[in-house]
Order: sequence, then C-alpha cells, then structure tokens
Amino acid sequence: MTTLLIFLPIAAALVLWVVPIPGRTAASLALLTALVEVAIWILALQRFDFDKAGLQFSDQTDWSTDLGVSYHVGMYGFSVWLVGLTVVVGAASVAYGFWAGRERARAYFGLALFLTGSIVGVFTAQDLLLFYVFFETMLIPLYVLIGVWGGPGRLGATIQFVIYTVAGSLLMLIAIIALGVGQGTFDLTAIRPSDNHVIFLGFVAAFAVKAPLFPFHGWLPPAYREAPAEVSAVLSGVVSKVAAYGFLRIAIPVFPGPTKDLQWLLLTMGAVTLIYGSLVAFRAPDVRGVIAYSSMAQMGLITLGLFALNDPGLTGSVLQMVTHGLISASLFLLAGMVERRTSTGDFAFLGGMAKGRPVLATLFMTAGIIALAVPGSSMFAGEFLVVLGVFKVGWGWAVVGAFAIVLAAMYALRLISAVLHRERGSAVSDSALDLRPGEAAIVVPLLACLIALSVWPAAITERSFFGDSAKADVQTRYGAAAHYTVPIAIASRASTYNVTNTQIAVGTGRAAVSRRSTRGGG
Amino acid sequence: MIQTPSVDWYAITPELILLGTGAVCLLAAVLMPSGARRPFCALVAAAGFVAAGIVAAFLFNDSENAKTIVHEAAYRDQWAAIAQILIAGCGLLAVGLSYAHGMRRTRVGEFYALLLTAAAGMTFMVAAGNLMTLFLGLEWFSICLYVLCAMDLDRPDSLEAGLKYLIVGSFGSAVLLFGSALVYGSTQEIGFENIAAATAAKGLSSDALLVAGLAMIIAGLGFKSSAAPFHMWTPDVYQGAPTPVTAFMSAATKIAALVATLRILTIAFPQLDSLWTIAIAVIACISLAVGNFGALVQSNVKRLLAYSSISQAGFMLIPISANSALGGRALLYYLAVYSAMSIGAFAVIAARERELNRDVTVTDMTGMLWERPLLGVSMLVFMLGFAGLPLTGGFFAKFYAFAAAYQTGWWWLMLVGVAATVVSLYYYLAVIRAMWGSPAELQFAGAATGGSPPRDILLQASVVGALAFTIGSFFFVQPIIDVARDATSALPF
Repeated sequence: MTTLLIFLPIAAALVLWVVPIPGRTAASLALLTALVEVAIWILALQRFDFDKAGLQFSDQTDWSTDLGVSYHVGMYGFSVWLVGLTVVVGAASVAYGFWAGRERARAYFGLALFLTGSIVGVFTAQDLLLFYVFFETMLIPLYVLIGVWGGPGRLGATIQFVIYTVAGSLLMLIAIIALGVGQGTFDLTAIRPSDNHVIFLGFVAAFAVKAPLFPFHGWLPPAYREAPAEVSAVLSGVVSKVAAYGFLRIAIPVFPGPTKDLQWLLLTMGAVTLIYGSLVAFRAPDVRGVIAYSSMAQMGLITLGLFALNDPGLTGSVLQMVTHGLISASLFLLAGMVERRTSTGDFAFLGGMAKGRPVLATLFMTAGIIALAVPGSSMFAGEFLVVLGVFKVGWGWAVVGAFAIVLAAMYALRLISAVLHRERGSAVSDSALDLRPGEAAIVVPLLACLIALSVWPAAITERSFFGDSAKADVQTRYGAAAHYTVPIAIASRASTYNVTNTQIAVGTGRAAVSRRSTRGGG
Repeated sequence: MIQTPSVDWYAITPELILLGTGAVCLLAAVLMPSGARRPFCALVAAAGFVAAGIVAAFLFNDSENAKTIVHEAAYRDQWAAIAQILIAGCGLLAVGLSYAHGMRRTRVGEFYALLLTAAAGMTFMVAAGNLMTLFLGLEWFSICLYVLCAMDLDRPDSLEAGLKYLIVGSFGSAVLLFGSALVYGSTQEIGFENIAAATAAKGLSSDALLVAGLAMIIAGLGFKSSAAPFHMWTPDVYQGAPTPVTAFMSAATKIAALVATLRILTIAFPQLDSLWTIAIAVIACISLAVGNFGALVQSNVKRLLAYSSISQAGFMLIPISANSALGGRALLYYLAVYSAMSIGAFAVIAARERELNRDVTVTDMTGMLWERPLLGVSMLVFMLGFAGLPLTGGFFAKFYAFAAAYQTGWWWLMLVGVAATVVSLYYYLAVIRAMWGSPAELQFAGAATGGSPPRDILLQASVVGALAFTIGSFFFVQPIIDVARDATSALPF
C-alpha cells in the first residue's frame, strides 16, 4: 500500500514524460492520477489500525546489503496524516495547474506528480539512506518547476534554494554515513540510539534549512515569491513539513541524549523563528510575502512543540503540521488566483476585492480566519497544545507561543483587509471576476478538511502516537505519562478559558491594520 | 638459447583481440574502398570491444585466485578483469559516438585502429605487475591518445591539444619512469610484490630514495588521472581534442590510471601506507578545489566538463586514500558510473557541436530540454549524476566514497568532499538552467531552434546506453557492488 502510494504518481509521471500525448490529455491524466492517489490514501486510512503499535503497511527489500541499506517503507500514525496532507495538497496543486493551463503540460504535470510521489516517500521511508534519497529527489522537480514555470526572478531564487538545501542535506548525508556505517545498518527501526552531538547537529542542519528556521531562511522569500502559486503551496504546505517530520522521526528518537542537551538550542531557534517570521509577515508588502513568512513562523511554532518533548507538544505539532499545511496551501492557491486577476500581489495595488466577488471573499476570509487561529479552529487547537507543551518546559516559552498567536492575528487580518477590504486598489479592475466554480472546487476541499479538523481535532491528536516506537522512545526517555492523548474536551475547554486572551489579540490586530490602511491605501 | 617465460595466452586475450582488430582496421584503411571504410572499421572496432569485454568477463569468472603471469610481469586477477570490462565498455560507447564525427575518409581507419590500440594499452596497464609493464602500458596508450587528440588536423585547436598533451604527458611519463628508477635503485626489485618484500626485508620504509620514488610514481599516475596539481593539460586538451576522443579518454584513462594507482600502492608499498594515504588525500583535496573553482567560471561546456573531471578525479581519490576494501569497491563503482556519465555528457556535446557546427558554450545549450528532449533529458541526468543527486548512480558513488573515508576515520576529507559538492552544484545546474531556456532566449542566444537535428542513431544509442547505466546503477547497486567486492578481494587489504 505504501509502495503503491509512492510509486503510482511516479509511474504516472514517467508515462507522461515518455508517451507523446496532447497537453490537455496529459493534464487530465495527471489530475485523475492525483485523485486516485487521494482515494488510495483514504483506503489506507480506513485500513490503518490506530490501536496497534508499530509500523504498518511496511514493505522491505534489500537494496545494498553491503552497507545495510534497504528499501524499507511503512507508516506510523502520524505518517498517515502527513501522507494524507501530501496527497490532498498535491491533488489541489495539480488541479490548480490544470485550471491555469500550464505550458509544456507533459513535463509540468509529470514533475508535479513526481514531486508528490517523492514527498510521500520521505514521509514513509524507514531507512535513513532511503529517507535521504527521497529528501534529495524532492529537490529535482522543485528546482525545475520553479526554474521553468516561475516568476521573473526565478533564476536567482532557484540557485539560492538549491544551494541552501543541498548544503544542509549534505551535512545530513555525513551524519547518516557516520551513524549508519558506524552501526552497520541504516534501518530506522533497527538503529540504536546515539549519543553523538555532532551527528545530531548534522541532521538538525538539514532540517533547519528545509523548515526553514532562523537564521537559515535566506532562500525562503525568493523561492516562495517566484515559484508558481501551486508550487509555493506544496513548498510551504508540505515540503516544509518534511523538516518537522525529520525532527519527529529521526532527530528526537534516535538522539535522545543530544536532544535533551540541545533542547534549549532548538527551542530558541523555534521561538526566534516564530517571532521573527510573524513580525516580518506583518510588515511584508505583498500577499505571498505574508504567507511565506507566516509559514516560516508556523514552522517555528511546530519546532517549539516538537522540542517540548512531551505529549501535548508532540501531538499538537502533528496537528499543527497538517492544519498549517492545508491552510498555507489554500492561501497560496488563493493568492495565485488573486494574482492572475490583478497581475500583482503587491498590497499597494490591491484592495477592495470583496465587493462583487462573494465567493473569493468568503473563501479568502475563511482561510484567513483559520490562519489567525480563531478559537474553535483546528489551528487554535494545535497552537494551544503546543503552548501547553512548552509551558511544561518553562513558562517563558509559553509566553512566546501565546504572543505569536497575537502576532498571527495581526498579520492575518492585515492580509485579509489589504486584499478584500479598504478602497479599491489600482490593479483591481471590473474585469477581475469572481472565482469560477472550477477554482472554488480547488480550494473548497482544502477548507472543508480544515473545518472538519476544527470540529474534530482529536481525529489527529488521538491517532498519531498510539504505542508507537517514536512515542515509546519519548515516553520512556523523558518520563512523560504513558498513552497520554489529548481528548477534544481539553481543547474545547481551553478555547473557552483562553478566549479573552485571543480577543485582545484580535483587537490589537485590527487596530494595527486599520492604522496602516488609513496611512497606506495606494 | 634465450629462456622465455611461459605465457598464459588466455589472460592476455583482451589485449590481443584489441590489437588484432586494430590491425584489421589499419588494413582496411588501405584495402577497403573509401566508401565502405567507415562502416567496416566501426563494425570491426565495435566487435573488438565487445569481444574484449566478453573475454574479460570470462577471465573475471576464471580468475578467482589472483596470480602473476609471464614471469610476474602482469597479474591475472579480477581487479584487472573488471577494469578491462569497463575500458571495453567505454570503447564501445566511443565507437557509437564517433561514427558520425566529421572526419576525413582517409583517416577513419587510423582513427579506429588508434582507439583500439589505446584501449589495448589501457587493458595492459591495469594488469601490470611490475614497474616496467606499468610504464609500458602507460606509454602505449598515451602515445595513441596523443595522436588521437590531434586527429582533426584541420582544426588548429586539435593540433594544439595533441601537442600540449604530448609535452605534458611525456613529462608525466618521465616522472613516472624516474620514480620507478629510484624505487628500483632502493629495493633492487621491479615486481610489485618483490618491492614490498624487499622493503620489509631490508627495512627501507623510511629510505629517502624509496619515498622519493613513491612520490614520483604517484605524481606520474596523477598526470594521467588529471588530478591537481598535475592537471594543467586537462582543460586545453579536453577542449581541443575531437569530442569523441575527449569522451573516451576522460573515462577510460581515468579507469586505467586510478585502477593501476590503487594496485601499485597497495601491493608494492604497504609499508609506506601512512605516507601515501595522506598524500593521496591531499591531492584529492587540491583536485576538488582546483576542479570546482576552475569550473565555476567556464563558458565552454567541454572546458567546464574538463574541470569537472578534475574534481571528479578528486572524489575518486578519496576512496583510494581510504586504503580499505570498502574503498576499493567505492572506487570501482565510482569509476563505472563516472565513465557512463562522462561519455554520455560528451556525446550530447558532440551532437550539439555537429548541429551548430562550432564549439559549444553553455548558452548554446539553451532550449535543449524542449527542442531535443532525448539529449536534453540525458544531459540533465548526467549533470545531476555528476553533482551526486539521487536517482543516478552518482549518488551512490559519492555515498560509498564518503563512507570509505569515514570508515578510515577521515572526517575532514568527507567535509571537504561535501563542500566541493555544494560548489559543484552551481556549475552543473548552470548547464541545466541553460537547457530549459525559453524559445525567446534561444533566438537571442543564436542557437538552433526548431527543425530537426541530423539523425544520428548510433550516437543516440550511446547516450541511451550511458543513461541506462547511470540510472540503473542507482537501483541495482548490490549487483555492481558484489562484482566490485570480488574484484577488490584480489588486492591485499
């Protein structure tokens, strides 16, 4: 099943590249494959036994017995959700490409499918070298997608993006070699915990660049701005989660000692990323800038949750990964739709798009409201759990986390207001129509998933860690309570008592936005 | 009556086949009508390479116990056999891409004859068992290559390349010869095993003559594998030589030189390993630095690949410096993959040269990904492979090389390798970037747009073969490594 999920899109990609078919057919075929992929995932979700410990749907084949490398894939509870995120966002992205009618369709859709397949591979790989292989393979389609179909500044963006990420991941390769050759196996389920801080830092380097965490985010603004909207959606929605997954699946369970020793470092990086990203998002001059930096900030928050090293932190992070993946993907897709109507993402030329465009306004508003973590939303549930987790480590971290919720409200409201409200921007003409049904059909499913998760966050929080090795490691090594899952009751109770706090947040945000909008406006 | 040693004819069959087919080509140059010369010679050459490869494969199978032949002049072992297979493979691909090369008809026979003879020299050198045969093998193939480089007499560049290679290459050979003389002077032996035995028996491991001799042998072989600081000839020669020749020598010469290097170092100088491992490691670092930084500023693609080959030589020296069985496997794997990628990349350039009828710069590659999808995609894969990205054997090549360095405990070497890889990405990706350029840029760059390039089935077949090996070696690592493990067991680790 896992192998099918990885190789179905890759096989479809090969077919698209090799068989000469007309562009429109290729696009339809790609969309069909992406939807079938979602269907397979739903089937896998049904069959996945969340009450069973350990790896499921696993496949293992020897690859190089010489050094103990094997093709070993399988899923844990949290992997299921991340794979789901990948296939759903991947399908939305292909659908967007279909609607936007990308040139050189065979190459384009082949790459998009190939990307989906390799990301699923990353989330399911249970062998260090296989993980690395997918981690790097992911880069190739991204590089070409941004480089060929990206905006005017794409060349610089791709060079920066590739060299940053490869530099990081090569450090990880060193770490993998050191760990695997030293132990004689690369199998994650067989590898013994290591106490080597240097090796740990090698992994951290790769994930910190990929996330990105401050100060390794240099590649982020150009890449997110220059990529086609749907590629940005995958990049910020899914690819950044690969880093968080790496922390969760490799860095924390394999390096318990170094994790504990360097917890302060990772927490600090997460906190700085969170604050820095939020502040820059608030000041960013364009739609994509806001989403890009807010996505960076959310990665900081997720890192905070992960390195709280307790159950609320970890489960909250997983929930947050999925939620943020969906929300940033829908925001980027909406941004793309706005940009196609106005040919700009610059706030100076935008505004007033809500009038006469009810569908756009509704969808954009919904996405924005969830992004600012309004109580009751899944974003809020995730953030609350993360803050709860880090509170147990030290109240200072929780203050940072809570402060970030305030900042999130500020930038999200600014984004909504700058696009939808205020007086009409110079780039917004009457010919900029409302979203067509086809476009709405791309974003609505993403938002529907988000709303479903808002109603029932426990779908993920109770089904991520049950009796897993990752969880067991964390439990035994950090002394967290056994089988601690966060019932929805806590999340909802939390939302009632935290509500005043958030209201203040919302209030501040609105004040800030209105001040800015009266000053700006043109 | 002169006493002659008994000859194991089977063991030297690959060399004999290559020489024999070379002779047939020479005869064809005189006897065949000029119209039939090209297909006939190409066919003979291809048959020669295939036959040599098959015999080498049988030899590989039948030589599990390494032994010396012809009075310890050469080895019959799997280490030599695997290298001979690789060289024959390179030769076969080179025949494919040289077929449509714009040569005068009067030179076709000589071209293939020299190609076969050069390959024969290489297959001889990888089996060399004493300093004399090592030098003979080296000179044998070098002289053929000097002439091959100057084959395009109508182009001044080609003549220049031949002359430069001759002068610098002769200097390298002289250094190797001088070093051999010093080693002989110190140990009174020329056989590799005897040198080691004499060194141990006479306690010569800190003898100044021996150490100087070792250094000069490393330097002499370094000239052939184009490792820095012995690389000066590489960019000019690679650029000037006819592209099929460049393709062949970039791959096959490296195989011969590096395989022989590891053999002589491990068999003849085991007592000096603390010296030569560090020396090779330093040469590797210098090669990585020179190759990568040199390549960053190149606009001519052949020149760029020449610098890239210097840096790849650096990567391949890393497993040699590891001085371990894993290192031996890593070297063989790397050589196999590198050869496929290198010949493939030069083949794509050759195709572009024939299409545009001039030297190919990076901007000339504009639009290849769309206009010439087969060649463009192949080039993309080769570039990714050189950079060591997954889904190509280049990834496992680097992985094994680094793993070997790590196993020996050389963290720093691994770090240098990683830093070099990051730098190398810039220029490999520059080629890819150029290839996906839009049609508008194409017009601007003055490159060919639209239309169809001259059909060249054999070249495309070579490219596809190289492509298949580059990708296949990623998925089927284990079979290749198994073979390499057998081969490495012939060396004393």
